[in-house]
Amino acid sequence: MAKRIEVSGLNVYYGDFKAVEDVSMTIEPRSVTAFIGPSGCGKSTYLRTLNRMHEVIPGARVEGKVVLDDQDLYAPGIDPVAVRRVVGMVFQRPNPFPTMSIFDNVASGLKLNGVKDKKKLTEVVERSLHGANLWTEVKDRLDKPGAGLSGGQQQRLCIARAIAVEPEVILMDEPCSALDPISTLAIEDLIEKLKDRFTVVIVTHNMQQAARVSDQTAFFNLAATGRPGRLIEMGPTKQIFSNPNEKATEDYITGRFG
Amino acid sequence: MTTLAANRPAYDGKTLDLTGKSGARAFRNTLATVLIVLCFLIALIPLLWILWTVVSKGYSLLLDANWWSQSQRGITVRRVGGGAYHAIMGTLIMSLICAAIAVPIAIMGAVYLVEYGKGTKAAKVVSFMIDILTGVPSIVAALFIYAVWITVLGFNRVGFAVSLSLVLLMLPVVLRSTEEMLKLVPDELREASYALGVPKWKTILKVVVPTAFGGIITGVMLGLARVMGETAPLLILVGYSKNINLNPFDGFMGALPTMINQDRTELALEPAADRVWAAALTLILLVLLLNLLARLIARFSTIKSK
Repeated sequence: MAKRIEVSGLNVYYGDFKAVEDVSMTIEPRSVTAFIGPSGCGKSTYLRTLNRMHEVIPGARVEGKVVLDDQDLYAPGIDPVAVRRVVGMVFQRPNPFPTMSIFDNVASGLKLNGVKDKKKLTEVVERSLHGANLWTEVKDRLDKPGAGLSGGQQQRLCIARAIAVEPEVILMDEPCSALDPISTLAIEDLIEKLKDRFTVVIVTHNMQQAARVSDQTAFFNLAATGRPGRLIEMGPTKQIFSNPNEKATEDYITGRFG
Repeated sequence: MTTLAANRPAYDGKTLDLTGKSGARAFRNTLATVLIVLCFLIALIPLLWILWTVVSKGYSLLLDANWWSQSQRGITVRRVGGGAYHAIMGTLIMSLICAAIAVPIAIMGAVYLVEYGKGTKAAKVVSFMIDILTGVPSIVAALFIYAVWITVLGFNRVGFAVSLSLVLLMLPVVLRSTEEMLKLVPDELREASYALGVPKWKTILKVVVPTAFGGIITGVMLGLARVMGETAPLLILVGYSKNINLNPFDGFMGALPTMINQDRTELALEPAADRVWAAALTLILLVLLLNLLARLIARFSTIKSK
């Protein structure tokens, strides 16, 4: 479990518009890497290139290399569906499947990929819900709709759904931005726990959150509106927040802009 | 900000007046409320009128068991008796065959437009054609099928030909409504499914379509209701038969609209007039019943929240 990701010379486009320019970085296994930066700097866009989710948008494309376990995810012949089985994702807004029960939501990744064994499904659902710190809250109503849970519970349900397929990497796109502080805390605790088994990458607008949960922090910024976003610097979270190399990073984390 | 501040009256030290509506606004509010309620009532009048007329004039024959089990075989306009079984079955057979052909095409067409063809030239052409098809009068659809089925292919006037022309009328209705329903499914659900490593086709089949299922069913019902009342294709593509004929590929076939049309010519005679109203009521009930059935299907296919 848990793999290292090496990105080199990555450019991301929406049609003719270059959204992210020349990003290279290494994401360590079994750690939490946080992406911070002002709105529109391309950090979410960049995150979505790590499991080839970016190309779902019409006209979107990518140049460069994303190497996971010695394989370039953008090499010809690589199946994006197979990539996404290995690199899971949790989204900004909780998005449980409205037609499915709590159980089916967690089991959906396996079920939709053809697993029918009831016993195995039950086992995976229970383990994933434990893994997402949600089991005790929902164990008596697994057959009820997932959409009936609170926002924070829904988000943990989505995390349970993501870890149920046993990915190597979990990408999180501002997973707490729609949640209250208590639910946020629950998710942050969970992230801490997840890094024992997974490589976690999280985009956040909340710098305290980045400081709290991450081991590595990458700061993205754009030179001007309409210009592509770039990786300004990346390093251990402690160092980025206490002694960044770049002036722009310091300005951002001290709240002087953005 | 500055303009807002400038428009605000200067604070003069008195308590603020928060007592509510000025006279003019209260008047406009009342006026609009009255107008809206009035429009609603006006819209209700013809609806209730039709329902009342049809029910009060048609219900007595429906209470007779013969109505549901016998045909009009040997019954002339002057004679009381017989039933609508032949017409009910004809209407059901022809419209269900139509639905069996139109619904899969419509749903798959809508899936293409929303999930695959979005923004492409092909999708625009298809979309435009569907718009044209929506506006095609039923008699034109019937004549088109007449030209293909009878003139070109040399077949006879049969129930199946009616089903084919009804397909042309049902297809755009179901396709458009399904398209709208699929568009309402948030992209986030699709992405959630992709992120689990689920292929696109399976995402559509297991996530997108089930989410939109209730709306799709409603669209199918609307299409079916429209199609069941169509008369022109029946007149042109299959003759009216008073006998029971359950074979859509052979012979004339009864249907409720053509049964109404048959007896309508002798409306002055009481037996015929009674049957016209009863057949009309039967048609309304049939559509209602199918609607209820669809609602039930939609309800049982979603998981219960309580």
